[in-house]
Amino acid sequence: MTSLMDKCAVTGIGETAYTKNSGKSVVALQMEASLKAIADAGLKPTDIDGVIPYGSLEVVAEEFITNLGLQDLRFSAVTPLGGASAVAAIQAAVSALVAGVANHVLIPIGRNGSSGERIGARAAAMPQFRTVGEYEMPSGNIAPPQLYAHMARRHMEMYGTTSRQLAEIAVTVRSNAILNDNAVMQKPMTIEDHQNSRMISDPLRLFDCCLESDGGAAVIISRAEQARDLAQRPIYIMGVAEGHPDSPSTITQRPDMTTLGTAKAAPRAFGMAGVSHKDIDVAEIYDCFTYIVMCQLEDLGFCKKGEGGDFVSNGRIALDGELPINTHGGLLSQSHIIGMNHVCELVKQLRGNAGKAQVANAEIGLVTGYGDMGDGAVAIMRN
Amino acid sequence: MSNTMPDTTYDKPMPPLNRDSKPFWDSLKDHAMRLQRCADCGKVRHYPRPVCDSCYSMEVDWMRASGRGKIHSWTITHHAFHPGFLGNLPLALVTVDLDEGVRICAQIRDLAPDQLRVGMPVRVDYEDATADLTLPVFRPA
Ligand SMILES: [Zn+2]
Repeated sequence: MTSLMDKCAVTGIGETAYTKNSGKSVVALQMEASLKAIADAGLKPTDIDGVIPYGSLEVVAEEFITNLGLQDLRFSAVTPLGGASAVAAIQAAVSALVAGVANHVLIPIGRNGSSGERIGARAAAMPQFRTVGEYEMPSGNIAPPQLYAHMARRHMEMYGTTSRQLAEIAVTVRSNAILNDNAVMQKPMTIEDHQNSRMISDPLRLFDCCLESDGGAAVIISRAEQARDLAQRPIYIMGVAEGHPDSPSTITQRPDMTTLGTAKAAPRAFGMAGVSHKDIDVAEIYDCFTYIVMCQLEDLGFCKKGEGGDFVSNGRIALDGELPINTHGGLLSQSHIIGMNHVCELVKQLRGNAGKAQVANAEIGLVTGYGDMGDGAVAIMRN
Repeated sequence: MSNTMPDTTYDKPMPPLNRDSKPFWDSLKDHAMRLQRCADCGKVRHYPRPVCDSCYSMEVDWMRASGRGKIHSWTITHHAFHPGFLGNLPLALVTVDLDEGVRICAQIRDLAPDQLRVGMPVRVDYEDATADLTLPVFRPA
């Protein structure tokens, strides 16, 4: 079997301003981010011949033909994994590029998650939520903070995990956001602030939950031999994988509700990359909820199942810690751009231009996506 | 045309019924919960669906559930994610391991949140939400 290791690279990234009210259409946000990514790579819009739009938004691949004047779009797909879609799309892009189907694949995401329709309303309409819609929503188990609270409570009861441990994640990620001019949340947060934030769905408090945001982000993936001739230092994709948990469409029926699809993807991504956990200099972990960050760190293998609460404590995940995470402020404090902001941040870290949150000598990093009640995706990159 | 007046006062989400699940919802209306079981290999499955993932048979029968189970996990919701639940906060939702080996998520009654424990025995009960919809709830066994 052909390995995808190092065959492709991220060649361009683009981000709009992240706000609570963009005043722009979703299509406009995606085009703005895409044009920035294309310019960043040193490409022309007409060089793009593959597009993987986000499956659950209103923008389809053909919008990019119309707006960017693409002459020969040869590859389009969607990766409907909710918040894992952006990283799963990297796997789809790399597969198509290595097979020679396309040369430069654009992966755009953009949304008005704050000023437009909120996540609860969107989720109920998604086919992945049909089962929960029939059997759980009538009883009041409706939105992700509730669905995931059952997971978090089970983890706490099985392993002694505490809300203060989840607070470590929220506080760390906020302190990173404060270093980032393009992060929505700029007010410092303490453990006590987290503990005093209102309970949403026990054990998850307001500060365990991510933002709802407006903005767009996009990346371009190209084959390595072409990447070397473009404008930026190529950021090579060493390993990439997606994983779906058992009982993917309902957490209730999942044999172990404290394990995500990430646990299936991680060994494949690390195996392809040929690196171990101690080689990872920086990790951008999909953070729709603090608990989901902790659970992914376990499923990725940074610690054993049940040890996540201890792992995130004592500064280990801080900028100067053993494993700095979410150096941009994440979904919790930068912006909820469905994890494409995580991909852009990892590329910036590995290019060495992550500003005040730059991790010294970052050479190898990891980014995850998580969504749709348990889907996981993992990419490992190097400079 | 329906013979009965539609219930226009019920303001919570309604299950979009389908052919695979109708016997389950009908059994709740009868206050006698039934679960889908593979007619060939006997594996009980929930939520209802057309294929047995053990033997791939599409033949099903429906067995009367014991209604007994143990708490697997829970959440106490303090925010109304649907306006229909504004008057029901906080909402105590439990995931229950039924004795038949499948789980159900439903509200729990007659138990203070700080009394909830993993493994606590519970039994199913029924609440008629409308003339056409009955929802399961749990009570301490
Ligand atoms: Zn069977």
